[in-house]
Amino acid sequence: MHRFANPARFLRIAKPLTPALFWPGLLLTLIACIWGLFFTPTERLMGDTVKILFVHVPAAWLGMGGWTGIAIASIVQLVWRHPLAGVAARAIAVPGATFAALCLITGSIWGRPTWGTWWVWDGRLTSMLVLFFLYLGYIALSNASSEKGDTSRVAAVFGIIGAINIPIINRSVIWWESQHQKASITLSGSTIDTAYLVPLFVAVAGFSLLFGALVLMRMRAALAEMRIEARLRRMAEG
Amino acid sequence: MKPKHQRLLLALIAVVALVSAGLIAASALREEASYFYTPTTLAAANVEPGKAIRLGGMVQKGSIVRAADGVSINFIVQDQERTQKVAYRGITPDLFVEGSGVVADGRLRPDGVFVAESLLAKHDENYVPKELADIDMTSAENTKNTVSQ
Repeated sequence: MHRFANPARFLRIAKPLTPALFWPGLLLTLIACIWGLFFTPTERLMGDTVKILFVHVPAAWLGMGGWTGIAIASIVQLVWRHPLAGVAARAIAVPGATFAALCLITGSIWGRPTWGTWWVWDGRLTSMLVLFFLYLGYIALSNASSEKGDTSRVAAVFGIIGAINIPIINRSVIWWESQHQKASITLSGSTIDTAYLVPLFVAVAGFSLLFGALVLMRMRAALAEMRIEARLRRMAEG
Repeated sequence: MKPKHQRLLLALIAVVALVSAGLIAASALREEASYFYTPTTLAAANVEPGKAIRLGGMVQKGSIVRAADGVSINFIVQDQERTQKVAYRGITPDLFVEGSGVVADGRLRPDGVFVAESLLAKHDENYVPKELADIDMTSAENTKNTVSQ
C-alpha cells in the first residue's frame, strides 16, 4: 500500500500511464460513439433514441464509480494517512460530477420521447440528482480546505458518508416502484440484445480509460501545485 | 492497539452504522418512496376515491378501446395478480402500446375505474432490435414479469 505513497515514485509511474490510458480511451470512445450511432439497429419501441444508451450508461456507471473511488480513497486517507489518497479523492470529484451531470442530461433527453416527460421524481432519478449535489458539496468542501495545503479530513468524512447514496441508487428501482426501468445488466446476465451490448461495453471501456486519464492528470497537477507552494515557502523562509 | 488499527476499527464501525442506517431508512420508506401503486398494491391500500394517486403496470393485451371521438380511451392495467380499469382523455405517448408499461396520474372514481389525467409510458429493461422483435415476440411477453409483486 505504501509503495506508491512516495509522490516522486507515483509521478514516475503516472507520467507514462496518463497517455497510455488517454489515447486508447479516446479511440475506444470514438469507435463506440460511431458504432452506436450509425451501426446499431433501431429498437422495437424506442426507435433511434436507444442510441443515447452508449453515453447514458457509461456516464451513470462512472458517476457512481467516481464516488465509490472517493469513499475508498477517503478511508485510506483517514486510516492509513496515505499522502496520495486525499489527492486522488479530490482529483476524482470534478470528472465524477461531470459524468453524473452527463447521465442526468442524457437521461432527461431520453425520457422526453420515451416516457413523455423530461423529469419525474422517482427513486432512481432523485437519488442520481442527490449524487450530483453531493459531488458539488464535496468539491466546495475540499476547495475550502485546500488553502492550508493539507488535505481536508472533513472532506474525507463527507466522502465516506456520501457513499451511502451509491447502494441506494443501485437498489432504487428494486426497492421502490419507479418510472425508470429495472437494471438491464445484472450479475446473472443482460436483457440487452448483443447488437447494443457489445458497443455499450466498448463505450464503457473507452469512457473509463478517459476517466482514469483525467484523474491521473488532475493528481499530477495537484502534486505539481503542492511542490510549487512548498518551494515558494522555502524561498520565503530562506 | 496501534493508532492505525484504532482508526481502521473506527472507520469500519462508521461504515457499518451508515449502511444499516441507510437500509433501515430505505425499508421504512418502502411504501412512501414508491413512485406509483400497482393494481395489487392499490387494491391493498384502500385509497378513497378522488384522492390524487399514481398507478403503474402493464397495458393488458387487447384491452385498449378507443372511443369514436378519437381522444377518449379505456384500457386495463395489470400486474402479475390483479387488473385495474383505466379511463383517459388525451393524446397517448408513442410508447403506449398493448403489453408495454404505463404510469398514470389520476384519481379513482367511486365506481372503481381509475380516471387518468396524464399518461407516461414506462420502458422495460429489454432492448431488442426492431427486426428481431418482428420474429420473436416472446420478449414482449416477458415484459409482463417486470412489474413486480
